[in-house]
Amino acid sequence: MSRRQDVLVTADWAEKNLGTDGIVFLEVDEDTTAYDGGHLPGAVKINWTTELQDQVRRDIADAEQFSKLLSAKGVSNDDTVVLYGGNNNWFAAYAYWQFKLYGHADVKLLDGGRKKWELDGRTLTTEISTRPATSYTAQQPDLAIRAFRDEVVDAIDAKNLVDVRSPDEFSGKILAPAHLPQEQSQRPGHVPSAINIPWSKAANEDGTFRSDEELAKLYAEAGLDEGRATIAYCRIGERSSHTWVVLHELLGHPDVKNYDGSWTEYGSLIGVPIELGSGR
Amino acid sequence: MCGAPDQAVALPPNTDLSKETVLAGRVLAGGQPVGGAFVRLLDGTGEFTAEVVASASGDFRFFAAPGAWTVRALSRSGNGQAELTAAAPGLHRVEIPVS
Repeated sequence: MSRRQDVLVTADWAEKNLGTDGIVFLEVDEDTTAYDGGHLPGAVKINWTTELQDQVRRDIADAEQFSKLLSAKGVSNDDTVVLYGGNNNWFAAYAYWQFKLYGHADVKLLDGGRKKWELDGRTLTTEISTRPATSYTAQQPDLAIRAFRDEVVDAIDAKNLVDVRSPDEFSGKILAPAHLPQEQSQRPGHVPSAINIPWSKAANEDGTFRSDEELAKLYAEAGLDEGRATIAYCRIGERSSHTWVVLHELLGHPDVKNYDGSWTEYGSLIGVPIELGSGR
Repeated sequence: MCGAPDQAVALPPNTDLSKETVLAGRVLAGGQPVGGAFVRLLDGTGEFTAEVVASASGDFRFFAAPGAWTVRALSRSGNGQAELTAAAPGLHRVEIPVS
């Protein structure tokens, strides 16, 4: 039985449900100006850099900050939240993982995000949407889905470590994706024993997720051991959120964590083991 | 597609073209720029590497590495792709026709 209907909504479904009471569309983009140039009618913008992250410490927004944010955005605890964004839903997936981390009951991703919506030629508006403020209460973070650096070191040769960056980032040839000269770690490479399954292999060209059958085959063939727990990482935790959605939410693997510190943290740690090259 | 660095393209101020390999170009349909196309960078094995959205004037750019690359564009005006080889760091130009 596919878990897909609990995790994803189609563009058709979204179009029919714009403006429906109890359903809130939130846009989260890597390019934080994308919303301003046109967005789904009624959708509210979340800025991942200033709103989903602490502005002083290097960390995601804590439960109190998350509660304040969603209260200000007009989201209630019992609303169905539909997240979408550009760049194949990377940052929407990162937000989805944060909504799950803070215990939001009903959160979904728009399959294909902005890309499919735009390629379909569906309506975008520049009208800014606001919602009346609410009183949102985030739960304490569910650390069963968030990995920290020491767990990653302990997971070497013990758990599945899935590095979802591009092959050139994995091997140590480059430090950041090919459109972003920023936020680089001190050292290139990957966590020893990690397998490289780029996030992009889980997506179709139009940004939608591949079928459950294709996804199951992809990870099995790449050597993911379903009998072990899994930690996914990338560079700053957004592409690995995309893979976390695939493994934990779509395929239903029971123990999957996102390491949001990812390579920018790991590749800057003193003394931890690093492997170069294309993997074992 | 290889050549001397082209200074006509606006790059971030700290870009060092003696070290960075920049792939830049434009998406065109019937010779006219296509704004907002999704441009995908695929490596020499066809593996997805990065994706950007072309500007209103159809322009895009990637920071890559020397090697063989495919750039593929998806748009409301159609899809298309082009190949290029960056032999060394510098700015490498490519046009992607879509139809």
